[in-house]
Amino acid sequence: MSERAKGMNLTLKVWRQNGPQDKGRMVTYRVEDVSPDMSFLEMLDVLNERLILEGDDPIAFDHDCREGICGMCGMVINGVAHGEQVATTTCQLHMRHFEDNAVITIEPWRAAPFPVVKDLVVDRSAFDRIIQAGGFISVPAGSAPDAHSVPVKKVDADAAFDAATCIGCGACVAACPNGSASLFTAAKITHLSLLPQGQPERASRAKAMVEQMDAEGFGGCTNTGECTAVCPKGIPLDTIAQMNRDYLKASK
Amino acid sequence: MAVTGAVLVLFLVGHMVGNLKAFLGADSFNEYASFLRTMGEPLLTYRVALTLVEVVLGVCIVLHMWSAISLARRAGKARPVKYAARRKSQANGYAVHTMRYGGVVILLFVIYHLLDLTFGTVNPAGWDGTPYERLVAGFAPERWWVTLFYVVAVIMVGLHLRHGLWSAFQTLGLASGRSYRPLKLTAAAISAVLVLGFLTVPVAVMIGVIK
Repeated sequence: MSERAKGMNLTLKVWRQNGPQDKGRMVTYRVEDVSPDMSFLEMLDVLNERLILEGDDPIAFDHDCREGICGMCGMVINGVAHGEQVATTTCQLHMRHFEDNAVITIEPWRAAPFPVVKDLVVDRSAFDRIIQAGGFISVPAGSAPDAHSVPVKKVDADAAFDAATCIGCGACVAACPNGSASLFTAAKITHLSLLPQGQPERASRAKAMVEQMDAEGFGGCTNTGECTAVCPKGIPLDTIAQMNRDYLKASK
Repeated sequence: MAVTGAVLVLFLVGHMVGNLKAFLGADSFNEYASFLRTMGEPLLTYRVALTLVEVVLGVCIVLHMWSAISLARRAGKARPVKYAARRKSQANGYAVHTMRYGGVVILLFVIYHLLDLTFGTVNPAGWDGTPYERLVAGFAPERWWVTLFYVVAVIMVGLHLRHGLWSAFQTLGLASGRSYRPLKLTAAAISAVLVLGFLTVPVAVMIGVIK
């Protein structure tokens, strides 16, 4: 066994907000002896345990699977959604990517349709409402063997699957200078519109989902590409072209 | 944004080709300028076709600006609380960051450009001079700062098109994953050709190749 790696000392500047109505402020914390093998969330767990022992309110943040597939976690770390590590959720970001004695700024996703619930937790129900507007197939699509009865081209199956990997974390909105939810909505539209089961509702789906996205108050897309650059699943920008194509066709 | 931008790009291509007539001498350049006013004759009377083009361009500029302003306003409303840490850009590309302020620079430039070479208000040769005289007087070596302003503005136009051209294909749903590379390369090539084409004339006047 090698000797345990030396702990890191960090200064965190964390957004604290007691509730939706609170104004909120940045609070500085010192965290010592952080193992470089900890995930970012484990590092916050350590700080929270200390805060609880000291009688303070622990920092609220969303998390669930901690293996990068559920889409619950997410915070803006030093100005980058999920931190600077490419294609990585916050739970899969490890402290070894930070320098010892680093100052780390931690903020919630910032967007009007994502109101802060508490500290780093935001309400992402706006995404649910976009899905409810049309991100589904209304008829039973059959059980597993039925999937083979309708052949799907390999390229389409691959592209649909790539789009379907979206975990709905909201990093695209957080990173977009316009606060646009285009990448999320486009991933959901593309995933269904490339598959045979998605065809009957293809036009109405695109129209309804885009209109819901706009109604939620998200900004417009100006093709900056910031969304796909921070996306933990690397959802490609061409899903947005697919969404625009379907939407324009549906609006004729 | 995409549709009005496309119309303006087509205009820029024609404008640049026309400019290069300056290298063929005063007669060729002035003849071309008068052709612009008489095109469509005898079907149309003097300046009718040109006025139509001007109206279409004017409407496109207004709609393009209106789209940009509404996008910026929506963006402001979508993020009422800003990030405390400076949001670090993770995407590639410099051009995209120049779109908004670059657009304002281009607008100011277009206003000056019309006052300079179309109306002659701020041009030493004035309204009475021929288009070629205004060109030579406007970019005279002692007025180097005018040429400098043109260089900056035309580079802004180039950056604007570098992002705007492929972006228009994306917005209209004409782009796909496989076409991104060729599209972006074409956008860069067209922008570069336009910038070089537009800058050769003023620079040639300033260094005395065109007199």
